[in-house]
Amino acid sequence: MLNRTMNTKKESKLDLLQGTLDLMVLQTLAVMGSLHGYGIARRIEQVSGNKVLLNQGTIYASLVRLQQRGWISAEWGTSDNNRKAKFYSLTKKGRKRLAEDAHYWQRLSDVMSSVLAMSKEGNK
Amino acid sequence: MSDWLIQTFRRALAVFSKRDMDNDLDAEMRAHIDLATEEYIGRGLSPAEARRQALIRFGGRDSATELHRDTRGLPLIEVLMQDLRYAFRTFRRDRVFTLVAVLILAVGIGANVAVFSVINAILLRPLPFSDPQRLAWLASNRGEGGLSAITYNVESYEEFQRHNQSFEQIAGYNPFMGDGAWKLLGRGEPQPVDGIQVTGNFFQTLGVQPAVGRFFLPEECKKGGRPAVILSNAFWHRQFGGDPGIVGQSITLDSSQVTVVGVLPESFDFSSVFFPASNIDAFGPAILDDLRDTGNVLSMVGRLKPGVTFAQAQAEATALLPELRAAHPNWEEYSATIWSLKDYVSGKLQRSLIVLWSAVGLIFLIICVNLSNLMLARTAARNKEFALRSALGAGRGRLARQLLTESLALSITGSIFGVGLGFALTTYFSHQTSVALPLLSRAKVDWYSLGWAALIGLAATLLLGIGPIFKISSGTLSEALKDSGQGLSEGNKHARLRSILVISEMALACVLLVGAGLLLRSFVRVLDVDLGFNPENASAITVDIRDPENAAKRGAELQEVIRKVEEIPGVESAGISDMLPLGRNRNWGLWAKGRLYSRDSMLGAYVRVVSPGYLRAMGMRLVGGRDFTWDDGPKGQPVIIINQAAARLHWLGQDPVGRTAYVAGSMECQIVGVISDVRQRSLEQAAGPEFFIPITQAYPEGADLVIRSKLPPQSLQSTVMNTLRSLNPTQPVAELRPIQRIVDKSVSPRRFFVMLVAVFALLGLVLAALGIYGVISYSVARQTQEIGIRRALGATGPQVQLSVIARTLRLALIGVILGIIASVAVGRWIASLLFGTQPGDPATLAVIVLMLGIVALIAGYIPARRAARVDPVVALRGN
Repeated sequence: MLNRTMNTKKESKLDLLQGTLDLMVLQTLAVMGSLHGYGIARRIEQVSGNKVLLNQGTIYASLVRLQQRGWISAEWGTSDNNRKAKFYSLTKKGRKRLAEDAHYWQRLSDVMSSVLAMSKEGNK
Repeated sequence: MSDWLIQTFRRALAVFSKRDMDNDLDAEMRAHIDLATEEYIGRGLSPAEARRQALIRFGGRDSATELHRDTRGLPLIEVLMQDLRYAFRTFRRDRVFTLVAVLILAVGIGANVAVFSVINAILLRPLPFSDPQRLAWLASNRGEGGLSAITYNVESYEEFQRHNQSFEQIAGYNPFMGDGAWKLLGRGEPQPVDGIQVTGNFFQTLGVQPAVGRFFLPEECKKGGRPAVILSNAFWHRQFGGDPGIVGQSITLDSSQVTVVGVLPESFDFSSVFFPASNIDAFGPAILDDLRDTGNVLSMVGRLKPGVTFAQAQAEATALLPELRAAHPNWEEYSATIWSLKDYVSGKLQRSLIVLWSAVGLIFLIICVNLSNLMLARTAARNKEFALRSALGAGRGRLARQLLTESLALSITGSIFGVGLGFALTTYFSHQTSVALPLLSRAKVDWYSLGWAALIGLAATLLLGIGPIFKISSGTLSEALKDSGQGLSEGNKHARLRSILVISEMALACVLLVGAGLLLRSFVRVLDVDLGFNPENASAITVDIRDPENAAKRGAELQEVIRKVEEIPGVESAGISDMLPLGRNRNWGLWAKGRLYSRDSMLGAYVRVVSPGYLRAMGMRLVGGRDFTWDDGPKGQPVIIINQAAARLHWLGQDPVGRTAYVAGSMECQIVGVISDVRQRSLEQAAGPEFFIPITQAYPEGADLVIRSKLPPQSLQSTVMNTLRSLNPTQPVAELRPIQRIVDKSVSPRRFFVMLVAVFALLGLVLAALGIYGVISYSVARQTQEIGIRRALGATGPQVQLSVIARTLRLALIGVILGIIASVAVGRWIASLLFGTQPGDPATLAVIVLMLGIVALIAGYIPARRAARVDPVVALRGN
C-alpha cells in the first residue's frame, strides 16, 4: 500500500503556496490539540489525501516561524509510544489568527473558483 | 505590528543562540525519524527499509536545517557577519596596512568628534535655561565700548520694564562686580566670594528652579530688607560640602549677617554663559534704591512674550527709548540693541567655529583620500584573489559587497578608537578653565556626537570602498589570472585615478596650511601688540580694604600695605588699582575745560582708581608730567593722569599737563601726567580715552595690588599673604597671579582656535606627504621591470631618479596651484578673523609653497633612490 502511494505519480503533487503550510499547521493543531512535528506532517498528508508535496523536514521552519510569532507554543514531552518529542499547541493568539486566516482563505478560494469557472465557460 | 516586533526580536536572539537552537532542532529531527521508522515497522517493513522510507519522506536534513536557520534568524545580518569575519581575517594577514589605516581613521574621526562636541556645546545646543529661544540680551550704544557704555541706570531699567509691551520680564545684573566681591568670615580662614547682584526676577526670567530652597522674596530686594544670598552649586559643594541644611542659616559676608535662601542647580552655569573663564560663587539681590544714584550698573536680559519676535521687540525699543528719554532729561543717550541671548553669547564665535569645523572636515577628507589610495593599492595587489573568487562563481556584486564590508570593518574599528580619542580630547577641552570661551565647559561626547561619529564613519566606508569597487568592476578580472606577475605597469586609467587622488590631497593640505598660516601669523601679530604695560615680572593679588568708605583712612591703610609689601626682599615696586587692564572696566565722563562739546560727543573714558606707584608696578609708560603721590590726598587739589588717546581727543594734540578737566559731571581735576596708551579691553582693540584718579580722591571698586618682582609669584605668595594678614586679619585667601595670565586669558579664544587649526594643518601636511610617498613608491615598485628595461637600454641611475622626482614634483605642483587658487577664496572667507594680516599674505603663501615643495621632494626622493638602484638583471629576471 505504501509503495503504491509513493509511486502513483500520474498527477504531480501540489506545490505549497507561500503561507499555506502555516495555515495548515495551525488548523491541524486546532483540531488535534497538542501534537509533535511528525504527527502534524502525517496528519496534513492524510487529510490532503497525499496530494500535497511535502518534504516533512520543511515543517520545522514553519513551526519555528509560528513559534516566534507567538501563535503556537512548544514543549518537550513523551509520545504515546514513550518517545521524547517536542509537542506543539495553539496559543490564544494563534487561535485568533487561525480564524482570521481561514476566513481569508475561504474568501480567496471562493473568488478563485468562480473566476476560473468563468474563464472555462468563455473558452468553450 | 507588535507581533512583527516580537518576531524580529526573537530572530535577532536566535542569531546569538545558534548552537542551542541547532541542537534542539537536531533532537527534534531525530525524534521525527524515529517516530516515522516505528510507524513503518508497524506497517510491516523491515527495520532497515522502514528507516530508509522515513529518511526519504523527511527530505534532506541539511536543507531542512538551513531553511530552519534562515526562517528563525536574520540571514542578511549573518551574511554580513560572515563577510566581516572574512574581512578581519584578511586584515590579520595585512597587519601593517590595517594598523596604519585604523590609526589614521581614528585620528580623523576622533578630531571630528571632539570638534563637533565643542561646536555642539557652544553653537548648536540651546542655552542651559528653560525656553531659551525667547531670551534676549539688551545693550545700549549698539553693544560697543566698555561696560558703562552698554549698561543702564536703575531708572531707565525700571522705566523700560514698565512701559514695554514685548517682554514678559526684564531682569538685570550688576556686571561691575565679580572676583572677590565679598569675603566669607567666621568659617576658618576668610574666604573670597566671587559674587554678583541680580534683580529679584533674574532667575525667574531665565527660567531656572532652585536646587534647594527658594529665590529672593520681594522684601529681600528692598532697601533695608533682610539680607539674603543664593549660592552657586559649585560653591555650595566646595564651601559647605553640599549640605542642604545651610539653607535658612546665616553666614557672614563682609561685615553683615546674610541668610542663605537657596542653592542653584548644577546645570545653571551663569559664568560660562555671561563671564567665560570666570567664576561666580554667590548671587545677592540688587537693591535698586541703593544703586539708583550710581550711574549705569545694570546689564539687561529679557524674556519675550510668546509669539513676539526679536524684530518686533527691537522696533518697539527703538521707538520707546527716545520717548522715555524725553521725559527724563538727565538720562544719557540710552538705546537698546536686542540680540537673542544665544547670538550674543556665541554669535561672534560662529565664524571661528565654522572655520574650525571646516579644518577638521578637510582633515577627514585628506584621510579618506589617503586611505582610498591605500585601499586601491591593496586591491591591485589582491587582483588574483578576486579573479579566483570570481572564477569560482562570486558575482561582481558579491565581490563589491565584500570590499564594502572590508571598508566598513575598517571604519567601524577606526570609529571605535576615534570615539575613544574624541572622548579624551573633549574632556581635555572642557577642562580648559583658562580658555575664555562661553559654554566650553559643557562640551561632552553625547548622543549627537556619537551620531556625528556614525555619520562620518559611514561616509568613510563609502569613500574608502568606492575606489576599489570601481577598480574591480572596470577591469577584466580574468586577465589577472593569465598575467603571471607584476611586470607590466598598470593601465593608464588607474594610474590617473591615483594621481588625481594625490593632487587633490596636496590641494586640500595646501588650503588647510594657508588657512592655518594666516591665522597663526595673525596670532603672532596679536602677541606682538604693544600692551602699554609690561606683564613680565608682574603679578597681582586681590586686597581687602578694611575701611573703604573713609578716603583718609583708606589712603593711610593702603599706603602702609604698599610700604610693607615693598619691604619684602625681591619686590621692586608695588601699587594698587581697582581694575586691571583686560578685565572689568567702567567709564566716566571726561571733558576738557573751556571746550564746547556737542551732545553726541559726550563719550565716556575708561577710569581706573589707582595708588601712587601703580603705573610703575604695571610697567606703564609716563610720557609727560608726573605720577601721583600720597600728597594728592582727599583734601588736596583733585588730579588725574590721562592717556594719549584722551589727550588727542580732548586737547587736540596740545600738551595737556597742567590743564583742567571735568570728570564725571562737575569735578574739576588738574591733569598731572600723560601715559602711553594701554590696551583696555582686548589686545586686538585699540585703546580708547582713559584716565587715572588717585585712590584717595575717588572710591575704588575693589583693589588689586600689583607687585613687580623678578621672583616667581609662587615664592612670594606666602610672604605677601602674611604681610596682608598682619595688616588686615580679615584679608581673604587670595592668589598672587601673574599678570601674564590676564593677557593669556584675553587671547585664549584665539589661541584655542589657532592651535587646533595649526595642529590639523600639520596633520594634513604629514598625511599628504604619506599619500604622495605611498603613490610614488607603489608605482616605482610596479614599474620595476620597466625601469630595468630602461636601465638595460642605457638610462643611468641619476636619470631614472630624476624622472621619478620630476613626476612627484609635477603632481605636487598641480596640487599646490589648485590649492593656492582655493586658498585665495578661503583667505577672503576668514578675513574677519585675521589681525594685521592680509588674506593673500605673500609671505605666508611663499612659506607654505616652499614647505609643500620640500615635503614633496622628500616624499619623492626616497622611492626615486630605490628606482635608481634597480639592478636591470635582477629586474628583468625577477617575477
